[in-house]
Amino acid sequence: MIRSTTSPSAEQVRQGNIRAMARLISQIEREEPAAQVEMAALYPYTGQAHIVGVTGAPGTGKSSLVNELAKELRRREKTVAIVAVDPSSPFTGGALLGDRVRMRDLSGDKGVFIRSMASRGSLGGLARTTAGVIKVLDAAAYHTILIETVGAGQAEVDIASAAHSTIVIEAPGLGDEVQSIKAGILEIADILVVNKADHPNSQRTVKTLEMMLHFGSTRQMVRHHGETMLIDDTAASTNGRDLDWQVKVYQTIATQSQGIPQVIDALEAHQAYLRASGEWQEREKARSRQEIEQLLQAQVLRQLQTRVPVQEREQLIAAVAAREIDPYAAALQLFIHLKQN
Amino acid sequence: MDERKIRILIAKPGLDGHDRGAKVIARALRDAGMEVIYTGLRQTPEMVVEAALHEDVDAVGLSILSGAHNALVPRIMELMQENGLEDIPVFLGGIVPEDDIAALEAKGVAGIFGPGTSTDLIAAKIRERVLGELA
Repeated sequence: MIRSTTSPSAEQVRQGNIRAMARLISQIEREEPAAQVEMAALYPYTGQAHIVGVTGAPGTGKSSLVNELAKELRRREKTVAIVAVDPSSPFTGGALLGDRVRMRDLSGDKGVFIRSMASRGSLGGLARTTAGVIKVLDAAAYHTILIETVGAGQAEVDIASAAHSTIVIEAPGLGDEVQSIKAGILEIADILVVNKADHPNSQRTVKTLEMMLHFGSTRQMVRHHGETMLIDDTAASTNGRDLDWQVKVYQTIATQSQGIPQVIDALEAHQAYLRASGEWQEREKARSRQEIEQLLQAQVLRQLQTRVPVQEREQLIAAVAAREIDPYAAALQLFIHLKQN
Repeated sequence: MDERKIRILIAKPGLDGHDRGAKVIARALRDAGMEVIYTGLRQTPEMVVEAALHEDVDAVGLSILSGAHNALVPRIMELMQENGLEDIPVFLGGIVPEDDIAALEAKGVAGIFGPGTSTDLIAAKIRERVLGELA
């Protein structure tokens, strides 16, 4: 038996053919050249969906929250696509993608599409091809795309540039005040959620996070024009502070569907803020810049690999390891191949 | 180039609550380098096929210990066909009496693995079937 070989087309995806969409996503994950043609045809139809990132440490309840957020969005008559990323093994390349276990409530609803992705060696909390997958779902006209990252610790912040709005989930009992003022994941939050709010320590976590937000109020990091920058509160207050987004802490109990409408309200408010302030366009621009740079890097690396004879590359690597030349000189020597036509 | 990554759905349709077998298999296939989508307990045939459709898997593995395989498996095969997924091989594991095997295979089940089958053998069979088809 031979699996059908017809390629999924952009047209089928636009018509809502789920099979074609699922297969195109697989081609993107495998970085097949055929997918690029269809992606080019789909690109003009992207840019409509609200892309929402959900990130946080393992076990904080990301999948349960995503399940609840999707249910509430459906109540508000929004269609929802979910991309759930789990880690690939660095040893075998295998992965156990288990986020669907928490999303069984959503099955049977034609307005919901769920796709699990393995990170395939990427370390930023997403897979390298997640951005491409988001575009397919965007072109397929889902209203909201929820991206659940790999269980993230402190530095997995790729989601901030992939999404319009980022929800960071914390659970009670995971660290003290010093954790909350460290750089990294908390800085990318547009909305903070303390899940498991029925836990005895949850009030302390809420207070700690609110204090962290308060610490930042005189000299605050804000996301402005797609970049994170430091603002001075005195200047900002005379400068129309109302236009800045205020990060707030929300409490949920995802397993009991509690506190969810408030989070969706906040997401809607954030989307409206992005539109009104012009930051939507700025974030789109920042994202486009990053994406082009990444693709260019990949292209340059591929070019190098095809143009430089393996033997020459291996000799250079050996020479650097033996301290005969330095790595900068080796890189420069390899780069010369790119300049030749 | 790396071997093409195999995506497989491991599902546990029906009402029995014994998911250890499914978890052992999911873990073993992960260790064999596959991407395993695990759906958890008590899946209806509709849920299994919907997951296979969304996830565009290369194979489906069902774990059934309740004895309900003669009801669940034909229904799943029927839904696979309705959704244009008849080209995706379906494997079955769990407690399946000898007498039922031929009938299930006639319905299109690609392989049946009873208790005691080594996980290496299962991974090898799945890989052979999936990559064989792609070649």
